[in-house]
Amino acid sequence: MTDVRSAAVAFEHVSKSFGTKQVLHDVSFDVRAGEALCILGRSGTGKSVTLKLIVSLIKPDQGKIWVEEDEITHLGESELSRVRRKMGFLFQDAALFDSLTLYENLALPLLRLTGKSQEKVDFVIDQVLRQVGLAGDKKKMPSELSGGMRKRAGLARALVLEPKILLADEPSSGLDRITSSEIDDLLLKQKEEHKTALIVVTHDVRGARRLGDRIVVLDKGQLIADGSFVQIEHSENEVARHLVTE
Amino acid sequence: MSNVFEIAGEVSAFGFRAVTGLFRRPFEGDQFRRQLAEIGSKSLPLVIASGFALGAVLTMHTRSTLVTFGATAWIPTVQALAFFLEIGPLVTGLLVAGRVGSGIGAVLSNMRATEQIDAIESLSIDSFKFLVVPRIVACTLALPVLTLFLDFSGLLGGFLSEYASSRLSFQLYISRSFSSFVWSNFYAPTLKTAVFGFTIGTISSFLGYTTNEGSQGVGRAATQSVVVSSLLIILLDVLLIKFIFFIFPESAL
Repeated sequence: MTDVRSAAVAFEHVSKSFGTKQVLHDVSFDVRAGEALCILGRSGTGKSVTLKLIVSLIKPDQGKIWVEEDEITHLGESELSRVRRKMGFLFQDAALFDSLTLYENLALPLLRLTGKSQEKVDFVIDQVLRQVGLAGDKKKMPSELSGGMRKRAGLARALVLEPKILLADEPSSGLDRITSSEIDDLLLKQKEEHKTALIVVTHDVRGARRLGDRIVVLDKGQLIADGSFVQIEHSENEVARHLVTE
Repeated sequence: MSNVFEIAGEVSAFGFRAVTGLFRRPFEGDQFRRQLAEIGSKSLPLVIASGFALGAVLTMHTRSTLVTFGATAWIPTVQALAFFLEIGPLVTGLLVAGRVGSGIGAVLSNMRATEQIDAIESLSIDSFKFLVVPRIVACTLALPVLTLFLDFSGLLGGFLSEYASSRLSFQLYISRSFSSFVWSNFYAPTLKTAVFGFTIGTISSFLGYTTNEGSQGVGRAATQSVVVSSLLIILLDVLLIKFIFFIFPESAL
């Protein structure tokens, strides 16, 4: 592990339980700026919880979580707000606000958090929507978008604040292979063009192979493997090896 | 039993948080206007139609009784007192609990289940202030206005029913309606519906916002919002009438 303060995101001995169920146990890893980390594991092993811990939607029971130079587990709301602005989050089902149009979904964080003028906001939204291939759809409601379009729209909202860290929860779930490959392309482009740290939770081994500079494997709440895709393929841990076999 | 007190405490804290949140920036004007339209304007057709029908039916029933005593001249007075003192506030409260309470419970619990509330938080936006406070404030302000609409549409329904039977003029109907009125008969019961509105907003938002049961919780939150809000409105109605009589003794007829 690198020095936690030089990492974009770092977990130090993090544990989390819900009631009697321990979801994460003593998990440590880090991600550097411009690096893509894929988190693999069976269902219910704490992958999505890991992402929510990074955005501080939930708090760990033990351990420390660093986002750049900030240790976030004890931050107050206003400081958390500052830290969260560095991050974009693509939720599993996009989590678009279904009472707002696509344009309003993207405008909401821009108008709230950046103090940009309406003209500048319109410019940024047009730019991001073009980037994800939804330039002509900004007046549509989320219910009018297909699964792939919703994912792109969710990604657009995650990118609109130009995050240094992008978190993606199952970006390919529910999508056909071509569409999921297009979403992966967008994530890779973001990483390469903006040196964004990418943390992707996925079940899609093909996507993980393409996206991940590093893979960590979680099983029963514990980190059982951490390395490149090839290293995981040759890991001594049978579960980790099995998970990356297509 | 201790569980009931625990939940009552949580709901009270939730309502108190909404009241304090109202005075903190940002003031969520857009959300408030959106909710006021959703809760107020969109409830108007139901409220007006219900008031009109109730007014017409109540007049028919009252007439058949009062005619026995030769007291049909009292019909407008009875009608107005019944509507302004009790029927208007209570029926509006129950109608809004059914239409709006279930909607708030369902929308917020669906937002929780589909991670929209998490998404709001991840964007550094206070989801409580953004989603809950405008709904509670809109309910609180909309209820008294909706009650007035129900009261007056009830009077109109009553007038048309009475006109069909006795050809009573509109001017005379209105003058008889308010002949026994004191001001506190008008504003105290109407303002009490602000408490009903606050209750509907708080209960429905609490049940929707705090649910954690995925899609199953959506239906449950919607149903419970209506049931709990309606029960509390009926209970509060009894308590507030006592309170109004204490503060305005002249309104205790």
